[in-house]
Amino acid sequence: MQVVKAVTCPVCGSLCDDIELTIDDGKIVKVKNGCAMCESKFLGYCGEHRISKPLIRRNGELVKASMKEAIGKAAEILAEANYPILYGWSSTSCEATRVGLELAEEVGGVIDNTAVVCHGPSLLSVQEVGIPSCTLGQIRHRADLVIYWGSDPWSAHPRHIERYTAFSEGRFEKSEWRGYLTKLKALIGRKKIESTLRRLFLKKQPSVSSVPEGKVCPTISRTGRKLIVIDVRRTKSAEMADYFIQVEPNKDYELLQAFRSLIRDQELDVDKVAGVPVEHLEEVADAMVGCSFGALFFGVGLTMSRGKLKNIDAALSLVRDLNMCTKFIIMPMRGHFNVTGANTVSTWQSGYPYAVDFSLGYPRYNPGETSVMDVLLRKESDAALVVASDPVANFPRKAVEHLVENPLIVIDPHMNATAQMADVVFPSAFVGIEAEGTAYRMDHVPLPLKKVVEPPRGVLPDEEILRRILSEVRKIKKAKTTEEA
Amino acid sequence: MEQKSKLYVTLLTGRTIEQGVAKERGKSSSEYAESVSVCYMDPEDMKQLGIKEKTNVQVSTEYGSVVVKALKSLRAPHTGIIYIPYGPWANVVVSSETHSIGMPSFKGVSAEIEPAPDMPVLGLEELLKKQFRKG
Repeated sequence: MQVVKAVTCPVCGSLCDDIELTIDDGKIVKVKNGCAMCESKFLGYCGEHRISKPLIRRNGELVKASMKEAIGKAAEILAEANYPILYGWSSTSCEATRVGLELAEEVGGVIDNTAVVCHGPSLLSVQEVGIPSCTLGQIRHRADLVIYWGSDPWSAHPRHIERYTAFSEGRFEKSEWRGYLTKLKALIGRKKIESTLRRLFLKKQPSVSSVPEGKVCPTISRTGRKLIVIDVRRTKSAEMADYFIQVEPNKDYELLQAFRSLIRDQELDVDKVAGVPVEHLEEVADAMVGCSFGALFFGVGLTMSRGKLKNIDAALSLVRDLNMCTKFIIMPMRGHFNVTGANTVSTWQSGYPYAVDFSLGYPRYNPGETSVMDVLLRKESDAALVVASDPVANFPRKAVEHLVENPLIVIDPHMNATAQMADVVFPSAFVGIEAEGTAYRMDHVPLPLKKVVEPPRGVLPDEEILRRILSEVRKIKKAKTTEEA
Repeated sequence: MEQKSKLYVTLLTGRTIEQGVAKERGKSSSEYAESVSVCYMDPEDMKQLGIKEKTNVQVSTEYGSVVVKALKSLRAPHTGIIYIPYGPWANVVVSSETHSIGMPSFKGVSAEIEPAPDMPVLGLEELLKKQFRKG
């Protein structure tokens, strides 16, 4: 048995790089340090859902085909299309994305990554307002106030709090883990007393009330690292926080602007903003101004709700205002492990982070027009290539209707909803397990992904499949031009 | 308490750890289908509808309607808010409006919810066949 240390986990944008894998007979048998999602990926990568051979749709059924045949068919589809979509890229390596951009330019298509349905609006706002940022390591060692807004790291980035923020042991800031455990013990004790009383008196339990009106929170003014969660629902992360603010759905913008007023010492002449009493907001605003290094992490709760990019504008502006009185940074909580890389590579190669249109021969960028969702809703595309992504499971129904009407090529290790609808399916090797590559962490730090086991026989990495398709497309195009000449 | 046949609610979609674990396991797995064909509701709202946990409910918006299984939210109270994890079931009812920036409205969609104990929760293949006549 072989133990591989310091493996980077290819699941979420936190890219934890301390995973230890035990390999026996070419298979991963044990995962150490990982979260539930990490274990699920490393132990289940070679399960029954794996695609083993390329598939081509014949008479409505997906049947096995040879790699050469599948490459030929895919290249033919892309070469013949007038306005194809090349979508996905956030769960593959930067190297594969680079080839994808080359292919998009060659076929004159639209290349978009999954940022369009997660942090696309954040990128737009960053282009307008700018962003004060730093690395997660700096936050770990220095941040004494951490805020998660519209994000539930416990569910989406399970080790984020433990590795980089409130519960991590930093050089200058200590972990708040012990404090949380004490709080938890007290809570369990209280629940036990409550249930005993209930059993004794058979009384109905009073329904749990949200933030008690007018009650001043003792934890927010204490010294040490503090954790604040702002969300529309009481998430698991909210339960860990020192302070939780429950904002009404679609009212984040109002709340952000209220904070901006408060930290500029302006009075609010209302009692509540977005369902939250102003005195609670004042407490949090005091904590924000009073900290020495604050970090605001925001999730798709802000980008998907009403206001979308304007919410982020307000959040970025709030942090800019806070930097007048203290040190504050802001960072989007990126979902897929290499969505930041997909944006970065796209920016190097074309000048734009996502939604790049090559149909005129040069890159154009106008989200809302050249973004994959809008192209699909306007029913303009005539073919699609999906890499390491599952739009059929993640796009609104109307957009999917047009996507599946046209020829669809899918490159994915697992059978998913999109692969089921496809006309050509390529099995691929998992980047970070069966293939090497580079991925960008959410703070734009590039990390190498390791190859720890061999892929199944005949299964190639995304990069190699894309290279073969690209060279075949070039051959078809060359033949066409000589024919015309 | 007076029982209502229908409730007007705000629909949120998002991640759950169950969905996250199941999607890494394999998207054609039954765990994945089970983790995303559910709807987390406030227990008070369930009382209002007169339903018990694991009853099928129909969620309708102006974009479509889908049958999912109602589960009691562990993170109550949040009356008037229902939560469906990201996935093919949620997609049937979310808004495709991108407000000209490419991002559909996955959160904060107005919806109606009603008990549908006689209607089945479709499996992934059946759902795709019904929605797109393909797959």
